[in-house]
Amino acid sequence: MSGEVSYNSMELMICLAARNLEDERTVVVGTGAPCAAAMLAQKTRSPNLVILFEAGGMGPLLPSMPISVGDSRTFHRGLMAASMPEIMEACQRGMVDYTFLGGAQIDMYGNLNSTLIGSDHQKPKVRMPGSGGANDLASLCWRTMVMTVHNPRRFTAKCDFITTPGYLTGPGAREAAGLPPGTGPYKVITDLCVMGYDKETCRMQVESIHPGVTREQIQAATGFELLWADHVFATDPPTVEELRILREQVDPLRYIIGRSE
Amino acid sequence: MASDTIGIYGLFTDPDVDKAREHFRAKSRKMVNKVTTVREAVERLVQDGDYIAVGGFGTNRIPTAVLHEIVRQHKKNLGLSGHTATHDCQILAAGDCMDRCDVAYVVGLEARGLSKISRQAFETGKVKAVEWTNAALAWRYKAAAMGVPFVPARSMLGTDTATYSALKTVDCPYTGVKLAALPALFPDVGIIHVHRADVYGNCQIDGIMVSDYDMARAAKRLIITTERLVPHDNIRQQPDRTVIPYYCVDAVIEVPYGSYPGNMPYEYFSDEEHLKEWLAAERNEADLRAFMAKYIYGVRDFNQYLELCGGLERMQKLRNQEFLLNGQGR
Repeated sequence: MSGEVSYNSMELMICLAARNLEDERTVVVGTGAPCAAAMLAQKTRSPNLVILFEAGGMGPLLPSMPISVGDSRTFHRGLMAASMPEIMEACQRGMVDYTFLGGAQIDMYGNLNSTLIGSDHQKPKVRMPGSGGANDLASLCWRTMVMTVHNPRRFTAKCDFITTPGYLTGPGAREAAGLPPGTGPYKVITDLCVMGYDKETCRMQVESIHPGVTREQIQAATGFELLWADHVFATDPPTVEELRILREQVDPLRYIIGRSE
Repeated sequence: MASDTIGIYGLFTDPDVDKAREHFRAKSRKMVNKVTTVREAVERLVQDGDYIAVGGFGTNRIPTAVLHEIVRQHKKNLGLSGHTATHDCQILAAGDCMDRCDVAYVVGLEARGLSKISRQAFETGKVKAVEWTNAALAWRYKAAAMGVPFVPARSMLGTDTATYSALKTVDCPYTGVKLAALPALFPDVGIIHVHRADVYGNCQIDGIMVSDYDMARAAKRLIITTERLVPHDNIRQQPDRTVIPYYCVDAVIEVPYGSYPGNMPYEYFSDEEHLKEWLAAERNEADLRAFMAKYIYGVRDFNQYLELCGGLERMQKLRNQEFLLNGQGR
């Protein structure tokens, strides 16, 4: 049945991300696809998921996609119009389960770059925004997820700059640096596959492959050697119901799902 | 208490709390009328070379009128706290007002894209960058607001963000845990747009505070723009709503629609068309020059800028959008 349903890669990624958000948990999201995933989760299997925004929005009943992480929608009919310290301190206390992050580059340990391309910090080839709250969220939330398109420029052997910590240099590195134990990268959801991390090596590992995609294709789109789970599954595609809710209730104006990326 | 130097750079601001105490000791506690104009406040309170902090969050509850006036008065070599500084950073970059920045989030306007003029300021090395994070800058304000030289935190550790900062770490004297020691940040000037203030500078803010509670207290001098000036008695009737007390404040200016083209919670939504026009104008130098001449250098004050941007009719549309009266939520 589900094989008959058509969807684009953004819709696929959002549906898969939503399934990773358990009910009665907390998640810090930004704007765009992660916000859509959290909204979809609320309208499907996780009605009591609480959405937080780093600027202070807590538990909104989102009337539409926010444009900014700090705009009025982020606390529309919310539980609290709080503050940056309130949200970040909740993360630091261990009260926040998930966060979604992105970046121009990600390496095999899930480290992210959103600061610069180039090698000279004071004269970078391309200056990007920087950490914002990303470094804080990846340091302090329990589980960090990434949604991104899969290509070798993005999945790189070495980030030009590690803005945001994944597993840093591998097993034990986060704890040695002083980051809270038990935190770290959890899933990477791309247009080709879903990946997790190998427990022993902390390296990115393919867990499920999307319909019509091959192992060769995934490795070719990755700038480092991927690991493969003992049992690599075929990704369950989005259901008719998930797509209906996503298209009709979460993003009716196709701000996110209309994007080619 | 063992400590380590992690960051390769030095601090732009002095975390010395005793010097800060001397400054605050001398700061007036007089409950006097502080109402003035944007022009006078910027002339008196913002000097070339000052380090400034801007309230709100990029395109939300920002003090646009003061930022424009800083550009109009050609202030130079300012330091900026880049705690989600998006449209604010863009304005200051377009005016060539900055030479250093504590970066948490700059050059981008979130999902709207990157500002070319902001990017150039950093890519040419004109603006010296020291990296931090949003929480780090928020907690650096908090340390200053508390009057202590640093607060410990568990962020930034292990990354290039820390390496290219001015961070040191300490080992906790109680538990031995390694902690980022975030140094107190006392900006020379804080600039915050609020919903309501009385003439003395007692302020109320609706919606999220972002990091302004602590920034207002950390700033050595504080400029407040307010949507509305309200009678002092309104403050006395609801003291639980006061978030910035008068003694922090050096100037109060009533600026209706003062966060435009940014969003002001419960008042008006952001003007996405005008923000697009800004980003488009930056694509080449001549366009940007013409844009700046039209909207900033060529206008007398913020009201004239609002007129150029469509005046009350435009503001009314943005008010409707804020209250979701157009059916689309945007």
